[in-house]
Amino acid sequence: MKALIIGCGRVGSTIALQLHKEGWEVTVIDENEDALSRLGENWPGAFFVGHGMDTDVLREAGIEEMDAVVASTDGDNTNIVIGQVAQKRFGTQCVVARILDPARADFYAARGLRTVSPTKTAIDTLMEAVRECEVRPVGTVSA
Amino acid sequence: MYVVIAGGGKVGANVARSLMRLGHEVTLIEQRRDRFERLEDEFEHQVQRGDATELFVLERAGMARPPDIVLALTGDDEDNMVICQLAKERYGVPKVIARVNDPRNQAHFDLLGISPTICATSSIMALVEHEVPEHDLIHLLELRRENLEIVEVQIDRDSPSAGKRVEGLKLPEGSRLISVMREGKAEIAVGSTTLEAGDQVLAILEPGKEDELRRVLLRR
Repeated sequence: MKALIIGCGRVGSTIALQLHKEGWEVTVIDENEDALSRLGENWPGAFFVGHGMDTDVLREAGIEEMDAVVASTDGDNTNIVIGQVAQKRFGTQCVVARILDPARADFYAARGLRTVSPTKTAIDTLMEAVRECEVRPVGTVSA
Repeated sequence: MYVVIAGGGKVGANVARSLMRLGHEVTLIEQRRDRFERLEDEFEHQVQRGDATELFVLERAGMARPPDIVLALTGDDEDNMVICQLAKERYGVPKVIARVNDPRNQAHFDLLGISPTICATSSIMALVEHEVPEHDLIHLLELRRENLEIVEVQIDRDSPSAGKRVEGLKLPEGSRLISVMREGKAEIAVGSTTLEAGDQVLAILEPGKEDELRRVLLRR
């Protein structure tokens, strides 16, 4: 199985390493050459320097043969566009886009893009944690 | 008419000013604080600060009314694409116009059905070609929605069409000659118009028919 990760920050690089460990053939694109260092000293996969909205870079990285594309740059709108380009232009089956803003994540999810909103996940997790706290009413705290 | 403009740089601010002068109701959205403060002195309540790709910012700007037209004029193409998609598909805005900053992103705007678009680089390149022709066939205007384009062809002495009447030319299907410019004067091309060396001919055609047209007019 082949995966293309666009945006090699904390999130993208970890996904790339994890997928590689699970046996995927992983290719990574980042605008910044230094991002390669996030993949460790002996990254066995391919790494391309370029913008993820640049069709030439996407083609060079082999987007046409990918089973999965992960848009994980630090820009919500960049990921939204890359996700739609992968889906609509290159027909990638599995496209996942990281969108911090829950409102935009919902809007594009309703339109068929698989979106993941870390903000929403954080909100849900934090809410759960608060609910799980055992808080006693203030008046009953004993001295 | 009610207009929402995203992006208060030189382009956005000047468009806003022009529309206001024409008596239109305008809301301008600018994200950067320094720019916003300068704009606020001039536009007062007609400028709002925020990221125009955030739903609550758009709604605060009256997106739900909805506006008659939304102009996405920021310096970021991905932002302009998202603004237009939200405007059209979420808020039912009937018309949008998007600015393309990097001509390489034009294909993405087209893919997402965002039209019309305006790209300064592409317009300048078309003008350069028109002023200093490097090619025998120059693209002047693309009519994306109509799937047609307008091109200019320079007829020279060796062209097979020189000395022929328009009605006698075997023009490719899906193409028409529009006008002939001769010695600084333009005339509408009709069947009886005779082409001459030195003529600049405007033609309208379906994209992809350029080579056929070139063959008929120029034999190249």
